[in-house]
Amino acid sequence: MAPSSSPIATVAAASDPQGRDSLGAALADRPLPGFRLTLDAPLQLDSGGSLAPVTVAYQTYGTLNAARSNAVLVCHALTGDQFVAEASPITGKPGWWEGMVGPGLPIDTNRFFVICVNVLGGCIGTTGPRDVDPRTGKPYGLSFPVITVGDMVRSQRALIDHLGIDQLFCVIGGSMGGMQVLQWAAMYPDRVFCAVPIAAAVRHSAQNIAFHEVGRQAIMADPEWCGGDYLAQGRQPSRGLSVARMTAHITYLSEQALHRKFGRNLQDRERLTFGFDADFQVESYLRYQGRTFVDRFDANSYLYITRAMDYFDLARDFGSVSAAFKGTRTRFCVVSFTSDWLFPTRESRAIVQALNAVAANVSFVELVSDKGHDAFLLDEPEFLAVMRGFIDGCAEHRGLARA
Amino acid sequence: MARLRVDQQIVAAMVEPDTRVLDVGCGDGALLHHLGRTKRVDGRGIELSQAGVNACVAQGLSVVQGDADTDLTAYPAGIFDYAILSQTLQATRNPDGVLRELARIARFAIVSFPNFGHWRVRWALLATGRMPMTRTLPDPWYASQNIHLCTVTDFLDLCRSLRIEIERSVAIDRRGQVLGNGRTPRLANLLAEQAVFLLRRS
Repeated sequence: MAPSSSPIATVAAASDPQGRDSLGAALADRPLPGFRLTLDAPLQLDSGGSLAPVTVAYQTYGTLNAARSNAVLVCHALTGDQFVAEASPITGKPGWWEGMVGPGLPIDTNRFFVICVNVLGGCIGTTGPRDVDPRTGKPYGLSFPVITVGDMVRSQRALIDHLGIDQLFCVIGGSMGGMQVLQWAAMYPDRVFCAVPIAAAVRHSAQNIAFHEVGRQAIMADPEWCGGDYLAQGRQPSRGLSVARMTAHITYLSEQALHRKFGRNLQDRERLTFGFDADFQVESYLRYQGRTFVDRFDANSYLYITRAMDYFDLARDFGSVSAAFKGTRTRFCVVSFTSDWLFPTRESRAIVQALNAVAANVSFVELVSDKGHDAFLLDEPEFLAVMRGFIDGCAEHRGLARA
Repeated sequence: MARLRVDQQIVAAMVEPDTRVLDVGCGDGALLHHLGRTKRVDGRGIELSQAGVNACVAQGLSVVQGDADTDLTAYPAGIFDYAILSQTLQATRNPDGVLRELARIARFAIVSFPNFGHWRVRWALLATGRMPMTRTLPDPWYASQNIHLCTVTDFLDLCRSLRIEIERSVAIDRRGQVLGNGRTPRLANLLAEQAVFLLRRS
């Protein structure tokens, strides 16, 4: 590929010389670890339609006890996957919550049976827009129905039914994972003993919808997107998806974290070039984030999942947030981080107030961190200590033996 | 777990077993922990300091970070059997509002506070002409969290004006001993270093 003069054009160039389907190639490389379940019945969707067939891809760690009472459902965020505690088969990078889930860790796999499901609309094994529509024999693309967080949770419930689990001991997740936690607790209160929504909200804010819209527009503005039909046409909207990721990535960090990490430091150079190359380390870093993202994520999945988050609004679905949790016996632990400006503490406080209004059993901690929204993915010692305490306390109430 | 303060021991003795309790300003959770172990209460806490909240949740207590002055309004009326405010009333911005909220959300409120009418406090002010510093009021005036100190008599007046009834009251002297019954409120106001009240809406 010829050296590019446009700064945007350089973003995805390195990994994507022919515009090939790099995620498809990675997925075809080797079988995906974990399990798949194809649901018996069509999945009823919030949009009014239904979807069939639906396959959910999931991974498990630990052993389900005889009473089937020690299951922990971990819900992943927007671009996460089911590989919580093992290297991603696609990138080879460590599992996204290896500091939280594992033997002896707060979500102790010696003690709990941990389940993580790739979300509906995703691209790591669960049915999504890159799958083939059996009616046409071609990838769904934009003919895939618009799905919601409620639809994601409904598909997960079908899996939990299939596994013969009446009540999950714990449902836990951050960001969009936290939305799923709240949705689970609202829709199926008797099936969730304790719930941990982290860095989440009862609805997606206008600012967050705005950022998502920028990301979607970046994808759709890429001519390689082909109106969503890029897979059938052997193309890939890498540039658009990269820019979407770059924008989103900024929102996951904090001004302080960016400053600490990069400041105004220059990238492999002594002085400014007076051009549009990546002079600054922060630019180089973001370009790298965008470039590597296209190898592990599908552009249409990004459109659908961001849309599901935008549509998330418990008050609209249940009349009010408190009504969503009326009579709940689930024990909640709501967690926020001081420097998270994407899902700031006041959003978590709104969850807590709604839960207090129905006299729910709720704990709420705001943890001090300068690492922004992504803090929940990092090994923050106090966060891990609080999670361990809450989970152990709930396990005691549930009568689960220590490991 | 830290030992209970003497006022916390008296508070704990006022709580019936198997009840639902909210501890407002629960600190490190010592009282909640104790009530959970000894009285099987369904305990909840509110604590302003983040370190306190984290310590509580890390030991499995249900505690939210929050402020007595603003966050009690979120609870529906009468959902707790007891709402406890130990050694916190004098640090709130609106003690009367907080007291009214406690009486609203719980059948009983239990309130303890340092008595500014204690003879040592009176003597210190009279003799030195300076803001008193005692064991229950250890900080100099400029560093004190206590922005609304009151005497036992002041508190009784406030309860009357808020139409809150006093079910029981316990006065504690400076050796941490409970003062005998039969003393007049005037005498209690002189001799009690701190006081604990069990309160109920009239």
